[in-house]
Amino acid sequence: MVFELPKETNPGKVREVTLGATPAQGGTRSQAITIGGSTALPFLFFEGEHPHKPVVAMEVFDKMPSKYPKILLDYFGDVIDKPAEMAKRCVEKYGAELISVRLEGTHPEKGNRSAAEAVEIVQQVLKSVSVPLIITGHSHFEKINEVMKKVCEVTAGENCLINYVEADNYKTIAASCIVYKHTLVAQSPIDVNLAKQLNILLTDMNFPPERIVIDPLTGTLGYGLEYTYSIMERIRNEALAGDKMLAFPMLVTPGYESFRVKESRTLEEDYPEWGNLEMRGAYWEIATSMSQLMAGAELLILYHPKAVDVVKKKILEMFVRQKGGP
Amino acid sequence: MALSGLDIFKLLPKTNCGDCGVPTCMAFAMKLAQKKAELSECPHASEEATAKLGAASEPPIRLVKIGRSHPLEVGGETVLFRHEKTFFHPAGIAIQLRTSEGNERILKKIEEIENYKAVRVGEELKADLLFITHDSQNHQDFLKTIDLVKTNSNKGIILDCPDSAALNQGLELLKEDQPALLLRGELQDADLALAKKYNAALILQGHSFENLSSQTIKAKNAGVANLLLNLEAQNLGAYLQNNTILRRSALRKNFKPLGYPLVSFIRGENKFDQMAQAAVLLCKYASILVLPGYDRAMLYTLFTLRQNIYTDPQKPIQVDAAVYPIGEPTPQSPVFVTTNFSLTYFIVSGEIENSGISAHLVVVDTEGQSVLTAWAAGKFGGAKIAKFIKEIKLEEKVKTRKIVIPGLVARISGDLEENLPGWGVIVGCQEATDIPAFVKNVKLT
Repeated sequence: MVFELPKETNPGKVREVTLGATPAQGGTRSQAITIGGSTALPFLFFEGEHPHKPVVAMEVFDKMPSKYPKILLDYFGDVIDKPAEMAKRCVEKYGAELISVRLEGTHPEKGNRSAAEAVEIVQQVLKSVSVPLIITGHSHFEKINEVMKKVCEVTAGENCLINYVEADNYKTIAASCIVYKHTLVAQSPIDVNLAKQLNILLTDMNFPPERIVIDPLTGTLGYGLEYTYSIMERIRNEALAGDKMLAFPMLVTPGYESFRVKESRTLEEDYPEWGNLEMRGAYWEIATSMSQLMAGAELLILYHPKAVDVVKKKILEMFVRQKGGP
Repeated sequence: MALSGLDIFKLLPKTNCGDCGVPTCMAFAMKLAQKKAELSECPHASEEATAKLGAASEPPIRLVKIGRSHPLEVGGETVLFRHEKTFFHPAGIAIQLRTSEGNERILKKIEEIENYKAVRVGEELKADLLFITHDSQNHQDFLKTIDLVKTNSNKGIILDCPDSAALNQGLELLKEDQPALLLRGELQDADLALAKKYNAALILQGHSFENLSSQTIKAKNAGVANLLLNLEAQNLGAYLQNNTILRRSALRKNFKPLGYPLVSFIRGENKFDQMAQAAVLLCKYASILVLPGYDRAMLYTLFTLRQNIYTDPQKPIQVDAAVYPIGEPTPQSPVFVTTNFSLTYFIVSGEIENSGISAHLVVVDTEGQSVLTAWAAGKFGGAKIAKFIKEIKLEEKVKTRKIVIPGLVARISGDLEENLPGWGVIVGCQEATDIPAFVKNVKLT
């Protein structure tokens, strides 16, 4: 019996999507970032191409999230309500490759800030950092449509990643992204067919497919991760098998999902078997991120600086084509 | 080529003696065809049958057992992706003990590991194996460590000992224990003799796929089949690709020499690094993960990930039917009801928590189905909910007589009020994410 390398070549390829724009491209970012382009399962260099590495973003807020845990306040307590300063720290001190500005405070139940206030914050962040931006909204359709329209307009040409549209509310925001040249997150609730359907809806309205990123909806470790993980693996397998309507890079949000669960705030005294809270808080994001990288994530939004550090290092370590390797 | 049940049946003795544990030869043939049994379980199989069925009748990845009273079973996997079917045998978590740590520290560590037990969604989570590395000068240290482990723990044992005299004596202490041995160098005849004499599994290490294959062929020809594999790798990227190639060779190419469970070693420079490596290798095909130390937070994180990855995708995880306190509820706090599908429970309890109120959450047994599915299947109707509320004597625990039901099943409200005299039903929001807004705007008690 002779060993043969079980190489599998795939007919499909994940689309390449570029985020941000340099002055030459009509924006003000110091560099644009391209993700996607893989022709094989994640990090398998022995059988395919991976022209771009997955990237790690961090998130700032227009309003301090309720339940924002102490383990993160230790790093950001003094800047949590100063998004421009927090963004600067995330990029310069912790190595964030993109910044997500979460505009939760514009939700009518969570502060009801105006679109003008949101625009102001986005502009401040644009000035304070030179990495590409992600603009993250919420589920109140009427309000977020109004906010995103304005944000898209004033950031025209920056090629922000507008996060997100869903099947019940996509037309207004998608139209703004077309007009003002932004990239868009298509979010669907942990389902291969719904993900595909939304991409079809978007491309049917002539949305450029090279400007779509999929969010399959992240469940964090212990809270539905297994569903996200398998849906992502299925989406990626279908994409590589040639389904063009699923062949988009994937966004996951381990930070947002992890900081809200009790594992990020429960003291060791209360549950000794859960171990040290500071370590656990970082581990939770790290384990969620690494498993989602295995399932095909190309863009991760993280909260914990220790997680950002190690996830970026491990991505690089897995991104070196092995000499004498398989 | 895989043989059909009928092809296999033709090769069996057709005596229906039942010695294999299955009543008829036909039934045994079917089990062989589904790779749920091995031909060696039939004591009367002819040489011809053994030869023909040899390759075809074995599972593509061997199931290997380590340990005495409740041995850990690893391997036996049949798919590359959990959504294709399921992963059957959760990866074993091994913790390393070094003889150079000294008896006192080792004993303390064993006791800590032995006492560690967490519970998550009804599953008891504990470390599975102890991995003893002999790295001190005196071989008595090695024997003493084995003795401490045997006396204080009944977990399975893996030995990593470069000193062959010490190893021999150590194995004498583990005659009944079905241990595993890590081989630091290429497989030798002496290793095979030890494996046979002490019923030990061997962890083979190699520098290439060909090198590992030739070692497993040698072992198998000598009659030693309880093998595990570790292909050396420079870094995490190589480890991931090696593990993928090993698993794929066995499953997609039916390449028998690599059809064994994999062992992966976690050797990160710091704990965050270790956590990241462990998560990658747990997802991608390690059947045993060897951790360099005992860290409760890391164990709990890793067990949770293991539970997620090894859960059968066809069987939703369920939480126990019960009343769950959210926050610090008093008898005056509002009452919500939902189903026992774990994801539903996690999302609903999380959103109630996010809303800042305290409440009682009644979780009804719907066999793990979500709200609409359970309602459609008749498992989440008014009568069923009312019956459960009476069973758990909720009226004695709470003063309120209002109950909030999921907005998606608004239509059961009449039925529920009818079956639950004295109670008023409030129809909640349709989506859990709207709970914080809902509780602000609606009087719940």
